[in-house]
Amino acid sequence: MNVRSQIAMTFHLDKCIGCHTCSIACKNIWTDRKGTEYMWWNNVETKPGTGYPALWEDQDKFKGGWEKSKGKLRLKSTGKGRIVANIFHNPSQPSMDDYYEPWTYDYQNLFNAPEGDDQPTAVPISMVTGEYMDIESGPNWDDDLSGTPAYARNDPNLSTLTDQQRQQLTAIEQMVFFYFPRICNHCLNPACVASCPSGALYKRGEDGIVLVDQKRCRAWRSCIAACPYKKVFYNWSTGKSEKCILCYPRIETGQAPACFHSCVGRIRYLGVLLYDADRIEEVARLSDEALIEGHRSMILDPNDEKVIAAAKENGIQESIIKAAQESPVYQFVKVWKLALPPHIEYRTLPMLFYVPPMSPVMATRKNGALKSVTDDFFHDIEESRVPLEFLGNLFGAGQTAPVLYALKKQKAVRWYRRAVTVGDVTMETAKKMLAAADCSVEEAEAIYQLTSLCTVDDRFVIPPSHREEALEAFQDPMQRKQEAGFGFISGPHRGL
Amino acid sequence: MDSSGLLFDQILFGVFPYVALFTFFFVTIQRYRVQKFTFSSLSSQFLENKTHFWGMVPFHYGLIAVLTGHTVMMLFPKLVLNWNSVPVRLYVLEATMFAFAALSFIGVIALIRRRLKHSKVRMVTSKADWVLLFFLVLQIVIGLYMALFNRWGSSWFPGAMTPYLWSLAEFSPNVSYISALPLMVKLHVINAFVLIGIFPFTRLVHVLVVPNHFLFRRHQVVRWYKNRKLIAGERDRS
Repeated sequence: MNVRSQIAMTFHLDKCIGCHTCSIACKNIWTDRKGTEYMWWNNVETKPGTGYPALWEDQDKFKGGWEKSKGKLRLKSTGKGRIVANIFHNPSQPSMDDYYEPWTYDYQNLFNAPEGDDQPTAVPISMVTGEYMDIESGPNWDDDLSGTPAYARNDPNLSTLTDQQRQQLTAIEQMVFFYFPRICNHCLNPACVASCPSGALYKRGEDGIVLVDQKRCRAWRSCIAACPYKKVFYNWSTGKSEKCILCYPRIETGQAPACFHSCVGRIRYLGVLLYDADRIEEVARLSDEALIEGHRSMILDPNDEKVIAAAKENGIQESIIKAAQESPVYQFVKVWKLALPPHIEYRTLPMLFYVPPMSPVMATRKNGALKSVTDDFFHDIEESRVPLEFLGNLFGAGQTAPVLYALKKQKAVRWYRRAVTVGDVTMETAKKMLAAADCSVEEAEAIYQLTSLCTVDDRFVIPPSHREEALEAFQDPMQRKQEAGFGFISGPHRGL
Repeated sequence: MDSSGLLFDQILFGVFPYVALFTFFFVTIQRYRVQKFTFSSLSSQFLENKTHFWGMVPFHYGLIAVLTGHTVMMLFPKLVLNWNSVPVRLYVLEATMFAFAALSFIGVIALIRRRLKHSKVRMVTSKADWVLLFFLVLQIVIGLYMALFNRWGSSWFPGAMTPYLWSLAEFSPNVSYISALPLMVKLHVINAFVLIGIFPFTRLVHVLVVPNHFLFRRHQVVRWYKNRKLIAGERDRS
């Protein structure tokens, strides 16, 4: 057992209101520089939809992630041999057309336009070329199912649905969507890291954050194609790849990442998971059906004496083990099994987990009256507006069972709370539902607490990063304290 | 040849190469030390992905083959001469190398066209890029001219150029090998050293940082901030 710690995340989709506050918080801090205007390290997509960049889930097109061939794991985009042959031109790299051309407006025209019969307009200007341009798409062009139906209908997750199901999705009064906020998953088996010819991408040993070494990146661009989530971006100005850094300067000082901190719906949870690094490759090779369970089994119980001993053996500090024991992510993922990894069939073993969203409540109609309580407690999940298969393609590697389990439990907890506070459901019914959903009363209370009444400290359990220990290896910490910050930094300028 | 011509040759072929090589090594090392961030291939595939392939791939593969040919002729002149002793083999070699050179010419022209035509790519094109492209095109055109009109390069290179290049490498430049060569050949040599001289100031530095360890390394890269050995050692002691 090779115990490592990872800062992992859970997004509770049932609470996401799609306000994009997270995206703006991230943009204002990290990607308002030249060459990064088009980047959204955090973005919120409407599902069904094609996302950003358009059709990123279509791996026949972008060749992201890993695939199994003859029992071995290999990168779909660039096998090691192919990377040499393709280094001059990456055949599966997305271009700016797949994202969008960033623009601003010629606001001066509002003031300087000559007097005339028409209202002056602020004409859009490209932020790349500075020329006037026609806006063709944007980062959330299909927000709330906007744009033509072509966007929602082309969602790759719809591929296994029947025609009837697809039509229902966009039919009037049946239409449904939910939000899907995305950041880098800081995977355990990152395809971006594995594909980088320069070895510029790396995973931090202490907290598992995946970063790009800007001085080692040479713009071979393999990572952009290799990441199946399209969360590594190319800075066209500096000629370097950039990606979500999980606000590590904030994490190291005990603050939640900006997107987490600013989340209006409080959907985001952050905490430590301990996992067995020896099993990465073995788990990534499992069959699609076994992936979710295998991934979960890699995550170790931080209260287990054996795990604690092995963690200490690996130099993981007491404080980090304690944070792992209090981790909300551990509860959601491992204990309650409510949170599921997105598209784990890409085999990168993402460390961001999603609690699948409940659809609008469906009531059955009997004799013209709405009837909301039936003996078949969970009928509305299987018949919900968002087909279970769709959620299964997103969060279950094509399996609906894990999604159904999570949705049933969520519904049972809701109805249990309804029995407690509203009283229109009997406690007997509620307890039957809890039993059917594999959930005890205590668990239901705990889920309710962490979902609805969670404070900042409940949601973000950030361990100290113990950088002083890292420093001691190289320098006297007291001397470092006096000298840090004095030196010369060359700016991130393109070429010479 | 008169003495002023000889002096001129001395300066061009005896002194200038060292100036170019010194610039190359000094600036490259200094740039790597001080401005490591600037080492990048500065790819523009992201901004224009449709014609990128048709310029980039022929240019690079053509140039790599041609440069390999030059290197082999310098390092193993006898091998090349032996190969050329049968006329058919000479023709095959010359035709192949010409094809690769033509490929790189087509590629570089496509790249220039791409840079001129697409406004986004123009935004990331510097003056240094244009200077570099000028000398590159010049070099390829002269090379093609020589292959056609100063035949057969693979036969006279081992006899004339190889000893000259070795004399440079041994720090006793002997320009007599080169003085009698045609003007175009001389131009090609001078331009080669110009390219070496401007190399560290341009995006060409990406050639020096091509990935070499990638094929042999493990898939995943993990960096530790703490010195794990040291910490483990301390734990053992206490």
